[in-house]
Amino acid sequence: MTEKELQVKAKAEAPAKGERVRPGRVFLPAVDIFETPETLVLVADMPGVPADKVTVDLRDNHLIISGEVAPPLSQGETMVDQEYYTGDYIREFHLGSLINQGKIEALMKDGVLRLVLAKVERAKPRKIKVKTA
Amino acid sequence: MPIIFREPGLTQDPLRELLQRRMDRLFQGAFSPEGSPWQVGVYPLVNLSEDRDYIYVRAELPGVKAEDLEITIQDLSLILRGERKIASEEKQVNYQRRERESGFFRRVLALPSRVHPDKVEATCKNGVLTIKLAKPEEVKPRKIKVKVA
Repeated sequence: MTEKELQVKAKAEAPAKGERVRPGRVFLPAVDIFETPETLVLVADMPGVPADKVTVDLRDNHLIISGEVAPPLSQGETMVDQEYYTGDYIREFHLGSLINQGKIEALMKDGVLRLVLAKVERAKPRKIKVKTA
Repeated sequence: MPIIFREPGLTQDPLRELLQRRMDRLFQGAFSPEGSPWQVGVYPLVNLSEDRDYIYVRAELPGVKAEDLEITIQDLSLILRGERKIASEEKQVNYQRRERESGFFRRVLALPSRVHPDKVEATCKNGVLTIKLAKPEEVKPRKIKVKVA
């Protein structure tokens, strides 16, 4: 790996959609999405979200991932200097390939969500042999 | 008196410094639509908070393992170094989006007073690093009893 210094990137706020009842900000998590021949893998950074507060919702090929964070300060704490905001995460995707609903794996570790979605048989790539006449 | 963090190399007057920061932030909020917080341009961004006995330094470091973090206290500085590693996937994968970044980081924060290096706790939970520093006795708030003459 090349030595690269990390740069500060402001968290992008999610566009308002519907009326939220939970107070606070909502952010779009940074994601990596890649395909292997059999699966579609999505990796999302959601710092501050515990595993039990992650929701993955897949309907047809519309995927919604969301996560809730706890309040940033505990009882009796006051903010002195705030450089970043905290808030929930939500992001929606329209998946290009069909997903096998029964084969979805989700793993939350150190604030990073990893979703492995198995493609259905039909969507798997097939090499087509060209015959010579 | 609240604990005030000074940026290294700047004015020696913490109160003036804090006022300046607050003013800067006020103007930043007025001109940028998203009202972004104080901009330092050094990764990671940290939030500082305090309660009666402790100072808390928090940073969002998703996917950073505890063994890749190095926290040093040197005189009045808190040095935060580390590396965010993203495991490379096998060769046959094709990316649709690649927004997550890897790399190293190093940041120094100036502490307002000496802290006991053995009274510092750092925990990494759900991708958020929390460093808990014990305040020295002399900066803790103290109630003063008014004597009746």
